[in-house]
Amino acid sequence: MTDQSSDAQTPGIAALRRVPPPTPPGPLSNALVFGWRAILKFRHVPEQLFDLVMTPIMFTLLFTFVFGGALAGSTGDYLQFFLPGILVQTVVFNSVYSGMGLSTDFQKGLFDRFRTLPIWSLAPFAGLMVGDLLRHLIAGGIILGIGLILGYRPEAGLIGTLAAFAMLLTIGFGMGWVFIVLGLLVRTPMTVMTLGFTILFPVTFASNIMVDPATMPGWLRSFVEVNPVSLMTTALRGLMSGTSSLSQIGLALIAPVVLTVTLAPVVLLLYRRR
Amino acid sequence: MPETPQQPRTPNVDTEHIDLAIHARGLVRRFGDLTAVAGIDLEVPRGMIFAVLGPNGAGKTTLLRMLATLTPPDAGRATVMGHDIATAPEKVRFCIAMTGQFASLDEDLTGRENLVMLARLWGFRPGAARGRADELLGAFELSAAARKQVKDYSGGMRRRLDIAASLIVTPGVLFLDEPTTGLDPSARQGVWRLIRQLAASGVTILLTTQYLEEADQLADRIAVIDHGRKIAEGTSRELKAATGSGVLHIALADNAQIEAAAELLSAHLQSAVQRSPEGAELSVLAGDAAAANAAIAALIGGGIALADFRMGTPSLDEVFFALTGKQDATDPENPKAMP
Repeated sequence: MTDQSSDAQTPGIAALRRVPPPTPPGPLSNALVFGWRAILKFRHVPEQLFDLVMTPIMFTLLFTFVFGGALAGSTGDYLQFFLPGILVQTVVFNSVYSGMGLSTDFQKGLFDRFRTLPIWSLAPFAGLMVGDLLRHLIAGGIILGIGLILGYRPEAGLIGTLAAFAMLLTIGFGMGWVFIVLGLLVRTPMTVMTLGFTILFPVTFASNIMVDPATMPGWLRSFVEVNPVSLMTTALRGLMSGTSSLSQIGLALIAPVVLTVTLAPVVLLLYRRR
Repeated sequence: MPETPQQPRTPNVDTEHIDLAIHARGLVRRFGDLTAVAGIDLEVPRGMIFAVLGPNGAGKTTLLRMLATLTPPDAGRATVMGHDIATAPEKVRFCIAMTGQFASLDEDLTGRENLVMLARLWGFRPGAARGRADELLGAFELSAAARKQVKDYSGGMRRRLDIAASLIVTPGVLFLDEPTTGLDPSARQGVWRLIRQLAASGVTILLTTQYLEEADQLADRIAVIDHGRKIAEGTSRELKAATGSGVLHIALADNAQIEAAAELLSAHLQSAVQRSPEGAELSVLAGDAAAANAAIAALIGGGIALADFRMGTPSLDEVFFALTGKQDATDPENPKAMP
């Protein structure tokens, strides 16, 4: 079967030989292929990392040096307070990008091909998640690195930091579903982004990421106290300073778990309907 | 266009035991108030090139998407390679591939990475996946661009890569949605050759097209659809017989004689006459050259001055005109046919 056609425009017969399907792969194998795709995208479009980390870097620098002294007495103290929060914000904001990516894939018709393949229906989303988690790790690592350079010190040491990153990934995983749903519902990537940030800005600002809510009006404070972003930030601060409690961690995990349990079936339904 | 009558290939099917590649009955799909497909029956024997011909918005893509398990039908049933699209879509997916109207590729990845990814999804091990990708890239003249991102590919290259992506595993049925729309003539010829080769290798091909010429060149059988319904089906020869094998185009020297000329032609050829929007030009199904000759003689005998005349194959417009009595295939709401 090495017969190549002499006609330059005509494909060789060898490629048109009958190729039967190999043994069908398992769901995990499918998901890993999509994860590999996400990694390839990092290699081909490294600019996306720039988008991911520039905003949190600006936030870290501006808040620490402009407001830090006024808010916490010294820039060092403020950074110690602010850094775990900006990590949460970074991860939450980053999940918008997976929704945008999904919307782009749909627009380009790429998912039509995936859907005509005999693969596990949720595999493309699992792959998106793999890409997301990688993005969270890289962006989180960069922000933490900058924090360390500026003088941030996680009192809980390496173990606490690793636990904090595990928590970050869990948060990212849960938030990811929200934007996958948006990506499935909304036609254009730009709209996904606009909608995403319209939701996320109030939710992250009306939280305890930037300031202690003690000086906020009562109605706002009661929102901030139950805002999942606040609960996550509290848990992350606890983990990185070594003062976390089980109840803090439990409260922080409510939102990611609820989002996953409720939205994963919605994603499947929307995907099959589309 | 030179007339090159094509012998329809005999499909590799034992007609005694017709096992059809596609068998559809009464497929319906609505989108809100719009009925995109309004009850279509289809029987496509294995190994055949079958063309679905129709204007934009006729329901071609929706029909294809239903058969490819992408859009569930609202009514009707269909089997593809013996598997029901509604009850066993995952079995259907094992024996089909679809190349959509817009290249369904990851533009950020290279051509090779796209193919390797799809081969891995089919279950090839990494080495075998790379081997199959390289084999297809070579066959489709894309080796040189294998490591370029797809966003840098030309339209023709994308289309070839897209078709290659559908052949990682040899499909039983290959769906091609307007495979040559937007391609330049040489790229179009390349895709046509490719489709013929695929069919010769035993793949059943269902393609949609807006071009009569494309259906004529490629397909063993053609279904003409309009407004979600099948309005005719047959070999290209049969359809041409139904529409008359040739169309006589006449340009008049004097626009004032157009009514008289149309009457004469209509009486002579027993066929409705179409007027060009610009006026002074008429076209009519003539059947054969002898009949056309006689009609021209009658025009001249009737004192009508001709600027030009020629015979041509019917265009999609003319096929539609003959089949539906409506003049403009692309604008069915605006019939301009002469009585």
